[in-house]
Amino acid sequence: MSMTITEKILAKSAGKESVAPGDLINANVDIMMCHDVTTPPAISMLSEKGIDGVFDADRIVVTPDHFQPAKDIKSAQLLKRLDSWAKRNKIKNYYPVGRAGVCHALLPEQGHIRPGEVIIGGDSHTCTYGAFGAFSTGVGSTDLAAALATGELWFKVPESMKFVLNGSLSTGVYSKDIIIAIITRIGTDGALYRAMEFVGSTIEEMSMEARMTITNMAIEAGGKSGIIAFDDTTKEYLDGRLKNDAPYDVFTSDEDANYLSVEEFDIASLEPMVAIPNLPSNGVTIGECAGEAMDQAYIGSCTNGRIEDLRIAAEFMKGKKVAIRTIVVPATPEIWKQANDEGLLNIFYEANCVVSAPTCGACLGGFMGILADNEKCVSTTNRNFVGRMGHPTSGVYLASPATAAASAIEGKLVDPRKYM
Amino acid sequence: MPIAHVYKRDHVNTDEIIPARYLNTDDTAELALHCMEDLDTKFMDKASAGDVIVCGDDFGCGSSREHAVWAIQGAKLGAVIAHSFARIFYRNCINCGFYPIELPNALELINDGDEVEVDYANGIINNKTQSKEISFKPLPDFALEIINDGGLLNHIAKKV
Repeated sequence: MSMTITEKILAKSAGKESVAPGDLINANVDIMMCHDVTTPPAISMLSEKGIDGVFDADRIVVTPDHFQPAKDIKSAQLLKRLDSWAKRNKIKNYYPVGRAGVCHALLPEQGHIRPGEVIIGGDSHTCTYGAFGAFSTGVGSTDLAAALATGELWFKVPESMKFVLNGSLSTGVYSKDIIIAIITRIGTDGALYRAMEFVGSTIEEMSMEARMTITNMAIEAGGKSGIIAFDDTTKEYLDGRLKNDAPYDVFTSDEDANYLSVEEFDIASLEPMVAIPNLPSNGVTIGECAGEAMDQAYIGSCTNGRIEDLRIAAEFMKGKKVAIRTIVVPATPEIWKQANDEGLLNIFYEANCVVSAPTCGACLGGFMGILADNEKCVSTTNRNFVGRMGHPTSGVYLASPATAAASAIEGKLVDPRKYM
Repeated sequence: MPIAHVYKRDHVNTDEIIPARYLNTDDTAELALHCMEDLDTKFMDKASAGDVIVCGDDFGCGSSREHAVWAIQGAKLGAVIAHSFARIFYRNCINCGFYPIELPNALELINDGDEVEVDYANGIINNKTQSKEISFKPLPDFALEIINDGGLLNHIAKKV
């Protein structure tokens, strides 16, 4: 029976020869990602059932990120619960404050994401890891608790949608612009319950970091997962990095696999995109929104807080001053160090930016850059819902690091190509 | 008598149901105080135990935060009726033993302030104000089992 890459991974995880969309399966979960907001409640739920141990500590990766370092007493209590549980269970893949980073940047960077595996995380952007040819999806605390205790979880096998991206990105256009264009075409529920499979020459030309920006936002189209097949670029990224260096399984979609739909995109003609408030599907070209005044720029998050993103932003800011308050958040300690070694932090300093410690921070309206009433922020993050970054009347404009950096310099939305 | 709070909106998201600024706690009673706050700041003043929320498509899109379901449960709401639900929220509801009611034309059948009663066993919403009975498609059996057991963890405990 012909299958998609997603179906093949799920079949393997359920110990079956084959699966088809709609099948209910019990999947063996290879990696469970735990952070400070959704894991403490999962720990408490299990504790109420008299369970404190975990099924397999080696399959768990723990990093506080949302409110770390603790932003207030309540979040400190959450961090404390997470910390003591991780220590009690001797979870060796625990990244405490100091080594903690934004989970979806940290896990791949630290070599926890392997092709062909099933990964869950108590966070909706867990779909990021699909960039490595894995099935990866976000779950709530109860699902997480069930998986922590049993090592498995039920899934309905999703239908797959294929997104064919062909052509080279033009100057000033990035993978963030692609995913905003995709979500704008299909809507925030355009891929509801489905696996989004990204293929084509554009993908083949992309770095792993750029690919992760695409799979990261699959959830913004309602997707259960986003996936990109393993290739030489994946191998190069993983070689020497994986914590578990046992051989991994590489799956590819059969040529005659079934897709619910196939969407084609001509990427060569794509322009820089901005998703205006209050939905990620409100994408417009930069030409349609240029000139809109901003109060803040935010460069960071699991979508665009990696070293490649910081390099792009620094290119624009070199030798310039920002016109609005600008917050740069390297997503992990390694990225922070790398940015420091490369002199990027100095560029940001000279440009009058704030550089913070790794944290999810203001992306979800937590801390470190909250917006006041009616303020507007151009941001490299993934969501622009009502009140996402602060006051319910504030607005978030989602864009690439290039567009965010160029806009920071002028204090209004600007076409980054002007500076290239 | 429970009443319907109707929001003619699609994509009511988890940031509106329970804003992230309140995620520094997982205390259900505390979360309930802020239920639906960024959709309607007056919601908790208007809503009483047993009341239902009625919305359009893609209710609960966004974050995986189960806090959204806990806020609704903490507010003791009787039901959420929507044209469709976002995947993680829908799954979280079932896992928490809370029945998400999918009704593709809910916004045509229920007006704000209507008195409604939900009969889960028979899959019927009784709109008393409009004197009509509305059937909804029941959840699949495996989901009903989880809900009837009081959520996923109880369900698993029972099987082991």
